[in-house]
Amino acid sequence: MDTAEHAFVDRLLAGDEGAFEELVATYQNRLLRLARVYCRTDALAADVVQETWLAVIRGLSRFERRSSLRAWLFQIVANRARTHATREGRWVTASDLGADNAAAGDGGSDWFDANGAWRQPPAEWPEAGPEGLLLRAELRTALLEAIDTLPEMQRAVVTLRDLEGMEAQEACNILGISETNQRVLLHRGRTRLRTALAELVARSGP
Amino acid sequence: MLNCRDVTERVTDYLERDLSWWERLWFRLHLAMCAACRRYVAQMRTTTQLLRQLGERPADPPAVDPAIREAFRAGRQSAPPR
Repeated sequence: MDTAEHAFVDRLLAGDEGAFEELVATYQNRLLRLARVYCRTDALAADVVQETWLAVIRGLSRFERRSSLRAWLFQIVANRARTHATREGRWVTASDLGADNAAAGDGGSDWFDANGAWRQPPAEWPEAGPEGLLLRAELRTALLEAIDTLPEMQRAVVTLRDLEGMEAQEACNILGISETNQRVLLHRGRTRLRTALAELVARSGP
Repeated sequence: MLNCRDVTERVTDYLERDLSWWERLWFRLHLAMCAACRRYVAQMRTTTQLLRQLGERPADPPAVDPAIREAFRAGRQSAPPR
């Protein structure tokens, strides 16, 4: 935790309402995204995030600052969302790890010939780079939709590693998965998203 | 020798720097010889960069729920003096 964050936590502890508003504004949607991985509906995910804020208010004075504020918040929301999902009987740890082996867009075997060489090399993307691609609002929306269609744990890992930019270890701790599983899930998630982007780029032209 | 399929299967390990020194060397050797795989790896890198940018550009922040704000106020009043 850096000095600025220490100061920010101090403000929260002092009951600074502005700091709290800032905290909620910064994290509400991001926490919602992770909660939604575990929750069947948007409403349930919103409840989980609501509970998370109450837990944060109650727990703030005991927050030991060994982790970042972000890691602490994501840990709380993940734990609570998992508890909800388990109670509903819809959560089996890392359930989609094995089931998704040869799924579409997952480095499908039809990409390669018997020698493992490309049948058809990937098509070129416009040269504008990520910035150019992202400027196109429809592509941004479509990428978010593509994330939402990933199997649950792939979505969770991509959310923390790529959208949040967390280190692997931090994501593993929050999600309660091993480093090996994390890497497999990240690989499958990113592979599918590249495929989704390639289809979008092909469809929308240069 | 690595083939193209191997490259698509190991690309995340490569980008995450989880390959051993030798594996990394073989990987790069294949890339040096294979334009299609170079393009594939570049697109995987672009994909992660796009995701990162997407994460840094969140939707409009929502208004704070009045019940949560109320709880924060109440918490402040009941908090032990520091």
